[in-house]
Formats: sequence, structure tokens, C-alpha cells
Amino acid sequence: MTNSPFWKRFRKDRLALLSAFLIAGLLIVALFGEALSPYPFDLQDTQNALAAPGDLHWMGTDELGRDLFSRLIYGTRISMAISLLTAFSALILGTLYGAVSGYVGGRVDNWMMRAVDVIYAIPDLLLIILITVLIGRGVLGVFLALSLAGWITVARLIRGEVLRLKEYDYVEAARAFGASHRRILLKHILPNTLGILIVTLTFRIPSAILAESTLSFIGLGLTPPAASWGTLANEGWKALKFYPHLILFPSLAIFITMLAFNFLGDGLRDALDPGARGRG
Amino acid sequence: MIGFILKRILWAIPVLWIVATITFAMMHLVPGGPFDREKKLPPEIKANIEAKFHLDKPLPVQYALYLKGLLRGDLGPSYKYLGRTVNDVIADTLPVSMQLGFLALLVGLVVGLSAGVASAVWARTALDKTSMFLATAGISIPNFVLGALLIQLFSHQFKLLPPALWEDARHAILPAAALGLAPAAYIARLMRASILEVMDKDYVRTARAKGLGFWAVLWRHVLINAISPVVTILGPLTAALVTGSFVIEFIFSVPGMGQFFITAVTNRDYPLIMGVTLVYAALIVSANLFVDVLYLFIDPRVQME
Repeated sequence: MTNSPFWKRFRKDRLALLSAFLIAGLLIVALFGEALSPYPFDLQDTQNALAAPGDLHWMGTDELGRDLFSRLIYGTRISMAISLLTAFSALILGTLYGAVSGYVGGRVDNWMMRAVDVIYAIPDLLLIILITVLIGRGVLGVFLALSLAGWITVARLIRGEVLRLKEYDYVEAARAFGASHRRILLKHILPNTLGILIVTLTFRIPSAILAESTLSFIGLGLTPPAASWGTLANEGWKALKFYPHLILFPSLAIFITMLAFNFLGDGLRDALDPGARGRG
Repeated sequence: MIGFILKRILWAIPVLWIVATITFAMMHLVPGGPFDREKKLPPEIKANIEAKFHLDKPLPVQYALYLKGLLRGDLGPSYKYLGRTVNDVIADTLPVSMQLGFLALLVGLVVGLSAGVASAVWARTALDKTSMFLATAGISIPNFVLGALLIQLFSHQFKLLPPALWEDARHAILPAAALGLAPAAYIARLMRASILEVMDKDYVRTARAKGLGFWAVLWRHVLINAISPVVTILGPLTAALVTGSFVIEFIFSVPGMGQFFITAVTNRDYPLIMGVTLVYAALIVSANLFVDVLYLFIDPRVQME
């Protein structure tokens, strides 16, 4: 594994490697946040409300005197949980739909893709907002809405891959030996989309972070006490002029995380398929 | 070709009908009505209001009335802006959103295309690396972060540009920049990759071998062929601009459709939500249609279904 051409190429990409370490660090923060955070995320130190970053509170405090650094760590857990779970479920939904559509082909494929076209006509943030209006804005509601809006891109991509792969000789051979459709799809076609799936997953995560934080920023996302990076940025936005540190730190967290996932995705794609270097 | 275009236009009608049906169903599945306020209305008044908006009728009848209205181009009354129809609200706000969208698209195309071409021409130099790093950063920075940053810098610190509202040209600079940067980053990456791919083609080598200069080949053979992937993403780009405009209009207090949509969601103004959704869907469907037709001219190899 460590000597495979993929790994050799990936190791050379310093930005991607650095990003992978950064993401691993974020995951640790998300999992073991309590141990790292200096205060409980909702502790109100009213004596020090709206304090600037300093020794007592590294990133300052909000208008209720809550420690921003602790809240950011707590937000890491919420933001990462929502975006990772969303990316996974969108990937699974999209792969199933796209694989069936592409494999069955013909009229079924045509209708399945037209259904996708209809959903494509609604901008994703708008679709997410509509779904949260319907099912509520808790963590579960936001997660479901993001998943239901996110699978479409994946479905289109996987359908294209399956359409291409199913014409290959080895698939033809498997069919000639009497393999069932299920077996052909699961054993011969989908494993060959694994590379694309991993890259797609890596790019779905920053999209999910963006969608969730945008939703929370405009005030249509998570409801308190749950607080993601987007919620924190929204709280900071209200005090931008006089207390810019409140929006600065959550914004940096979102930006750096998205940057890391985008670099990692670029690196993985280039390493998996050197021909694609620079493409797209 | 006329047949192809006609077919695409006809296909837009069922798409919009289904979008209208889905949003109608969603908005009527939501528990609680728009007139359930914290302060209870007297039952007679509530009944009156509900009768006025046909909310006392069975759902299929409401649906039929809604579709009938749509056929006449009537999106219904607003629940919150009493005395105004959804059409009025959209007529006021859509032009503002369109102006903002076009400016942002212009920023995206000008910045993105020039950065992409420069990156490809000087590929693997420091210029290319910097510009591609910036492009990835541009994709990774949410537009509300960028908007807040621009306001803090140009409005609060240097007091050069207004932080909000939509009055003269100076008000448009920051929102258009904040909205246009992500598209610029996408276009730059796509254009660079596309040019590099075309530059590898045999006909480019042939043209160079014939003695045609680098810039002439770039201009006549490469760019014209490299631009088509950029054209295909104009559809998704329109969708991205719409999504982005919600946030940008919210941040810069631009009186556009996105801001009214957010207010409509908090107000549970269902007709306004449905109307705005439909207008956006129509916008995106037309953008995709436009791209398909444009593609026929740019790349004649594309087969018409």
C-alpha cells in the first residue's frame, strides 16, 4: 500500500498532505473537545462580557461572556458531525440512484434523469430552506435537508461512470458467465468507481460545511443552544463593527477547514488519476 | 435545430409545473397556518382572513385555484405585506437581484477568464501557482465571510464605500465583488485546465509547426475550443449566484428577492415563498436552455437529441 503509485504521487503533494494532517487534527478536536476546551461552552462569565482576546479568554468572549474558544471547539463538533454525515448520506443516496439509473439504462434511465433535472431547477440552498421549513431546524432537520439536497450531483456523476464501465469487456464476460445484475453492479462496476467516490466525498464535505454555515449565518439554520461555526459567525456579524474578533475566529475556522478539504480533494484526484492533473 | 430548441422549451413547462406542485405540497404540509400568531386572533377575524385567501377550502380546490392563477401569471396575494401581491413584491425586487447577479457574473467572467488564461499560458510558474492557490482559496471562502471582510475593510476601516443599501454605483461595488469572487475562482480553474488540455491537441501542434506564432495559435485555435466547458457551467453558475445572492443581499441590506425570500421564510409567507421559488426555477431553466442553444453554435460536434 505505502509503495503503490497512488501513495507515491500523493506524498509529493505537500499541500494535500498538510491538509490531511489538519483534518485529522480537526477530527480529534471534534471528538475530544471537552478535554481541550478551557470552559464549558455555555458558561457565562458576565464580568468579562465582550472581552477582547487575551490571557483569560484566548479568543475573547461574546455579549453573554461566553468563552469564544470553547464555543468554537463545541462548534467544531457540530459542524464536522453535520458535514461528514451529510456528505456520507448524500454519497450513498446518490450512488444508489446513479448506479441503478446508469446500469438499467434506456427508458428508466431517461425518466430517472428527468426527475433529477426537475430538482436541479431549484437552487440547492433554496431547496434546503424549503425542506427545513417543512421538517424543522434542529440538528436532525438540517442534516436531512442537506442530505436530500446534496445527492443529486453525486447521482449524475456515478451514472456517467456506470454508463461507461458497463460497456467494458470484463463486465460483458461476467454477464456471459451468468452473473446476476446485482453481482455485476456490486462486484464488477461499483468497486471501479471507488476512486471517484472518495474524491467526490472529499469535495462534498466542504460543500456541506458551506451550506450549513450559510444557512446558520442567515438565521435559518440550527436553533440554539446548538451552535455551529455558522451560528457563531452570525452572532459575530451582529457585532462586526466594534467586536470584529467575534466573527473573525469562526470565519477562519470555516475557511481553513474548507481550504484543507479542497486541497485534499485536489491532491487525491491528481494522485488517483494523474491524467486529470489540472483538469477541472 | 428549431425542433431541438422547441423541444427544450416545451420540456421547461412540465419542469416548472412539477416545481410548483412540489412547493405547494411542501408549504401546505407544514404544521400550523400563517395566521397562527402568538397573539390569538378573534375566531371571526381569522375565519374572514382565511376565507379571503381561500384557506377555508379543501386542499385540491386551493391547488386548482393556485394553478389557475399561475396560468394567468398571477402568483397570489402576500400573507404579510397586506394589500400587495406576490407579483408586486417580485416586480420590485427582481430587477435589483438581476442587476446584482449580472454585475457579479461580469466580475466572475472578467477576473476568472483572465486569471485562467494567464495561469495556462504561464503554467507551472510562480504566477500560475499563486493564481491557482488564490482560486482554491476563493472557492473555500464562504461569501458571508468575504462580505463581512470587505465591509470591515472598505467601509469601517477606510470608509471608502458604503456598507449597505442599493442606491448608486458605489453601493454595488462591494456586493458584486463578494458575490462574483467564487464564480471567478471556479472559472479560472476550469479555464486553465481546459486550455492546457486543448494545447495538447494535434491540431495545435500542427498550427505551431506551420510557423504560426504562439499568441496567434492561442487566440485562433486554443481559446475558441477551450471556452466551451466554461459555457456549460453557466447554468450551475446561475444557480450558485442565486444561492449566493440570498446571503449577499442579507449582509449588504440589498432590497432584492433573496432578502425578501429570507424574510418570507421567517414570516411563513407561503405564497411569497412559492412565488420566489418558481421565479428562481424559471431563471435556472432558462439559463440551462440558453446554454444548450449556445452550445450548438460553439461546438457543432454536439449532437442534437
